[in-house]
Amino acid sequence: MFEWKRFNCSSLINRSEIPVVSLDDLRDDITNKVRLEDKRVLAFFGVKREEDTILYIVLGDDTISRLFIASAIFTKDIISYRSFTPEVPSLHLFEREFYEETGILPAGHPWLKPVRYGKSHRAVTGEMENYPFYSMDGEEVHEVAVGPVHAGVIEPGHFRFMCHGENVYHLEIQLGYQHRGIEKILIDKTNSASGKKIFFPQIAEKIAGDSAVAHTSVYAGVMEVLTGTAVTQKVMIIRTICLELERAAVHIGDLSAIFNDVGFLMGSSTFAALRTLIINTTLQICGSRFGMGLICAGGVNFDIGSELASKILNNVNYVQNKIEKLIPLTMLDQPSVLTRLEGTGTIDSHTARLIGMVGPAARASGVPIDIRTDYPSGMYRQYPARKVVLEKGDVFSRSYIRYVEMMHSFNYIKEQLGIIQGVQGARASSEITNRLPADSLALSMTEGWRGEIVHIAVTDSQNKLIRYKIKDPSFNNWWGLALAVRNNGVSDFPLCNKSFNLSYCGHDL
Amino acid sequence: MKIIFINLLIIIVLPFLFIGVINKTKAFWGGRKGASIFQPYHDFIKLMKKGEVISSTTSWVFFSAPVIYLSTVIFAGLLLPIIDHTAVISFEGSFILFAYILALGKFFSIIGALDTGSSFEGMGAAREAFFTSIPEPAFFIILGSISIFAEINTFERIFGLYHAGSELSLLIVVLTVIILLVILLVEGSRIPIDDPNTHLELTMIHEVMVLDNSGPSLALIQYGAAMKMLILSSLIVNFIIPYSAGPMIHLGYFAAGITFSAITIGTIETLTARFRLVRVPDFIFTVIGMSLMVMFIILLYYYGGRR
Repeated sequence: MFEWKRFNCSSLINRSEIPVVSLDDLRDDITNKVRLEDKRVLAFFGVKREEDTILYIVLGDDTISRLFIASAIFTKDIISYRSFTPEVPSLHLFEREFYEETGILPAGHPWLKPVRYGKSHRAVTGEMENYPFYSMDGEEVHEVAVGPVHAGVIEPGHFRFMCHGENVYHLEIQLGYQHRGIEKILIDKTNSASGKKIFFPQIAEKIAGDSAVAHTSVYAGVMEVLTGTAVTQKVMIIRTICLELERAAVHIGDLSAIFNDVGFLMGSSTFAALRTLIINTTLQICGSRFGMGLICAGGVNFDIGSELASKILNNVNYVQNKIEKLIPLTMLDQPSVLTRLEGTGTIDSHTARLIGMVGPAARASGVPIDIRTDYPSGMYRQYPARKVVLEKGDVFSRSYIRYVEMMHSFNYIKEQLGIIQGVQGARASSEITNRLPADSLALSMTEGWRGEIVHIAVTDSQNKLIRYKIKDPSFNNWWGLALAVRNNGVSDFPLCNKSFNLSYCGHDL
Repeated sequence: MKIIFINLLIIIVLPFLFIGVINKTKAFWGGRKGASIFQPYHDFIKLMKKGEVISSTTSWVFFSAPVIYLSTVIFAGLLLPIIDHTAVISFEGSFILFAYILALGKFFSIIGALDTGSSFEGMGAAREAFFTSIPEPAFFIILGSISIFAEINTFERIFGLYHAGSELSLLIVVLTVIILLVILLVEGSRIPIDDPNTHLELTMIHEVMVLDNSGPSLALIQYGAAMKMLILSSLIVNFIIPYSAGPMIHLGYFAAGITFSAITIGTIETLTARFRLVRVPDFIFTVIGMSLMVMFIILLYYYGGRR
């Protein structure tokens, strides 16, 4: 056995402190920790160097708010290892990604298929154009293929349903159409600008446009940890307010979309109108409805003065009151809506934990994980957020949890607005130009509206960034969607899909 | 002759206005301003001006299906008495032809969809064939029992019977209107059966069948669908409005009735969510039960010693 390196969220680690262990030890230990100690895999990624490949694994213990990291080294001659997935199913997509990025084969992986690259490194997974779809045989079995181009203005992704009549046996989701190489762009930009401005929020904003504030604040967190930039309390408050506004706005929009999918016009149009009020509030703060351009190095570009604060307060109060009245009217007292939502697309707590789901989708299934309360940082340390956990894991739970969470978000925003006036330090805006520290690793994470967002930066001995790993919650949850639609009607898929509302570009990077 | 001309005009011109009123109602309930009630006419003209993309896997069936569909609906409209209970074409048992001419049109739209070989359209065709076949017995049970037991077998006289003023006629009218309303919602692919506005192929019934149609052929299909809704609504309205008023008074009643029916449909669509697809058959099956009730009422009335 070996000792994992323990550390906190948002702390700088020297890479020499990270234990390097043999793969067999690592496999046994991870299996034990995930199965028996309820630890979760937060990151599993390779750093490819000329001479070898390093595998980093970050586990999290939600109960004690501690992170654990260990690594393993693959020398050039090692081309495969025994897969972890059979023992730890939540690693399945991480291992596929690792294989795709490094070419080291996880032998015995049960579902080795391309993740996002158009041309994969090895012929084993097959190329994306020749994707090895799961198929079923049977007299009355039929396949329905949807996408990658969909009706409506949404992102591309291919769905293939194995159906028996109207019943879905299995859904296979093939993504990768949105792959832009955003990790590589960030690394290249940072390295070529080393010494000068090395902070690129405009790239981090585009990781997933609906989580712009969340992704950018995590990116800012990583860069601030790496360069040792301090952030004032006022900056933290403004970032947190915008993050909670983003959460509320998307949750309201999702409810509107869910009502639209069940054909309930009244709910759909009223919630859509309320969402506009919330994103317009973000517009008033930073000039962008989605919070683009808000966050800068070590600070925020826009201050919230007393006049703006009262405007925000008014909008939030108005929307909150409206929603409080509308929810019974549109959902809880509407049998025709409830019958569509209840019992549809159920994921039980065991499955959710096994496949490593995160965010509201996991909490709706009774998995109590929320980065804001489990690994509090920034304002969440002083002013704890409320964690909401529901039991059933159906579309209704995933809708209802959105309602409860947005109510908590509104309360949280109001609380923050109450203290913002007392905090001095206006808007702090300094450019990060420090050189990066050598041989270091920094991790930062937060709870976006969709779930946990984890960013990890790794530097080498020449003070260069050699790896920037982004994990969007969609990466964990797409598989949950595939399992949720099993044994449901094929016509209920859009509803299940909307209740997860996962990001394509967040997955494809 | 003038009446027949008015009836023709109603069938040919009014369908899009009917859809326009439904859409306006939905917009109203949704808190929106909504498009003009004449918007469907503009859409129709726009589609007629467009070119058409025809999949290379299709045959003449696909190409001719929209034309056949529209012509069957027009023909059905000619059989239906509208103003002053006068149909353009009238003969004994015309309601049987009415039902089956509509079924013929549906048959062609289904094989037209299957002709594309698309899995979506196959799925939609299967749903449409299944769901619309359920209320068919109900339609024949009510009209058939009237024609057999009351020995009335033209549309015009059926309306007359319903308004004869007996104590039972009210009950029959109420049940018949409910049955026909469900048939209208099923045939017209409206909420809670189907959602005409959805963009989600997997949940569609009627819309998914016409995914491959574009330009003029799509325009013909939409025209046919709108006309079908208007015709079925006229059927309902004629059961409700007073019988044997003069043509002009009848026209007034009809106009009010058809507007009310469009507003009702729009309201139903706003205030209820769509049924889960597997529950749709349960809902439609209820109309067969109701039609059997109508049959027993008529049976009791005519064979229960009252005659």
